Amino acid sequence: MKPPPFQYAAPTSVAEAVELLAAHADDDARTLAGGQSLVPLMNFRLAQPGYLVDLGRIEELTRIRTDGDTLVIGAMVRQSDAEHAPEVALRAPLLAEALGYVAHPPVRNSGTVGGSIAHADPAAELPAVALALDAELVVVGPQGTRTVRAADFFVGPFATAIEAGEILTEVRFPRRDGGQSFVEFARTHGNFALVGVASVIETDGATIARASIAMSGVAPVPVRATAAEETLAGSAPDDASIRAAVDAAVAGLSPSGDAHGSAETRTDIARSYLRRGIELALTRAQDRR
Amino acid sequence: MQRHEVTLTVNGRTSTVSVEPRKLLVDVLREDLGLSGAHIGCEHGVCGTCTVLRDGRSIRSCTTFAVQVDGAEIRTVEGLADGAELHPLQDEFWDKQGLQCGFCTPGMLMRACEIVEQKPDVSREEVREGIASNLCRCTGYQFITDAVCAAAARMHSGSSETSGAQA
Repeated sequence: MKPPPFQYAAPTSVAEAVELLAAHADDDARTLAGGQSLVPLMNFRLAQPGYLVDLGRIEELTRIRTDGDTLVIGAMVRQSDAEHAPEVALRAPLLAEALGYVAHPPVRNSGTVGGSIAHADPAAELPAVALALDAELVVVGPQGTRTVRAADFFVGPFATAIEAGEILTEVRFPRRDGGQSFVEFARTHGNFALVGVASVIETDGATIARASIAMSGVAPVPVRATAAEETLAGSAPDDASIRAAVDAAVAGLSPSGDAHGSAETRTDIARSYLRRGIELALTRAQDRR
Repeated sequence: MQRHEVTLTVNGRTSTVSVEPRKLLVDVLREDLGLSGAHIGCEHGVCGTCTVLRDGRSIRSCTTFAVQVDGAEIRTVEGLADGAELHPLQDEFWDKQGLQCGFCTPGMLMRACEIVEQKPDVSREEVREGIASNLCRCTGYQFITDAVCAAAARMHSGSSETSGAQA
C-alpha cells in the first residue's frame, strides 16, 4: 500500500519545528526523523498523521559533541554515523556495539538515534542502552526545554514522556567507566530481538564496584535488572556471583509470549544472554584495568 | 493536496519533479523518472530490492519520502554500467550466476556497490554479513557472495595497477 495524503514541512530550526507542531496539532501533526519506523507504519496505514514535520533539515540536531564528561548525541544523528564515530567508541562503546544490531546498514544509514529512542519499541536496542547508561533525554516544546531521565522516559510500548507538541533534541550519555557490553538474541540477524541485554560493570580491585544492566524484549518497556545489579555490587567477580545475579534478575521477569517465542522461551533466553552480557562486560572491565 | 518541488541528481542527471509529500522515492524513480530498476517488494524496509545509494550510502527507497531527499545525489542500478560496458559487479553476477529470477538483483547490486566501495579489500565473511540486508529467495546467496568477492578482487587489483602505472 501507499501512505494516505498528508501535509509536509521541513523546518531548519527546532524553534520552527515546535511552532509547526503547535500550529498543526489539529491535523495530528507528528515529527519525522529517519522514517525507518514511521514510513513503514504509514505505508501500511497503521499510522495516518495529517501533517509531518521533517526534522531532517535541522542542522543543529545532527551533531555529536562532548559536554565535559558527557557525550551528547543530536537526535537526528544517523545510526550509522553514531556507530562509527570515534567519540562514541571512546565514551559509550555500549551504544556503538548495540547499533551494530539495529536492523541492517541500509536502515541505519537513514534511521536516527533519537528516532529509535522516541519510537520506544520494547524490543529495540537503543532504549535499553539509554536506560543502562542513565542517559538524559532533552525535550523541547512550547513551554521550553526539559530534561527527562531515561528511567522516567519509557512509559509503555511505543510511549514515552514526550508530550504532544514536544521534540526530542538530544540524548546525553554521562561518562561511565568499566566494561560495557551489548548482546541480544534474534531469530535472524537484523530482525527484532527476542531479548537484549545492555551491561555496564565497574570493578574495584578484587570486587565489582557497580553494575548497571538493562534488558529489552522482556517487558512492555526496557527494564533495569535491579536485583542483579544489587547482587553484583560488592561481590567477587566470579562465576558464583554471576550465577546469583542472573538468578535474581530472572526471578523478577514475567515476559509475555507471542508467535516469536513463548514466555518460557524468552525467560530461558534472558537467562543465557544475561550471563553472556555480564561476563563480557566484566572481562572488558578487567582488561581495561 | 499541496505538491512540493523535489530536485534530485540521479546517476549524474539532475531533474526536478513536482510530487505529493506522500510519494516514496522508489515511486518517483519508477514513475516520474522512468527508472524501473529499483523494485518494490515489501514496502517496509525488510527485503531490500528497492535499495539505492543516497550520497554514496545505501538506503531503502520504499521507506523514504522523495521530499526527504530533496537535493540529494541518488545512484540506481541504471547508473552502474558505463555505456555498453558492464560494471565489474554486473559482469561477475552474470559470470557467477549471482541471479536467477532477478527481482532482488538491482537492490543487491547497489548494496554490493556500497560494500566494495567502502572497503575494497572486503573479506568473504564481510560480504556475507553485508548482503544479509537484502533478501534473495532463489540463489541461496552463495553465488551472489562469489560474484561480489570476484568483483571486489577485480576492482581492487584494477585500482592498484592504475596507481602503479602512475607511479
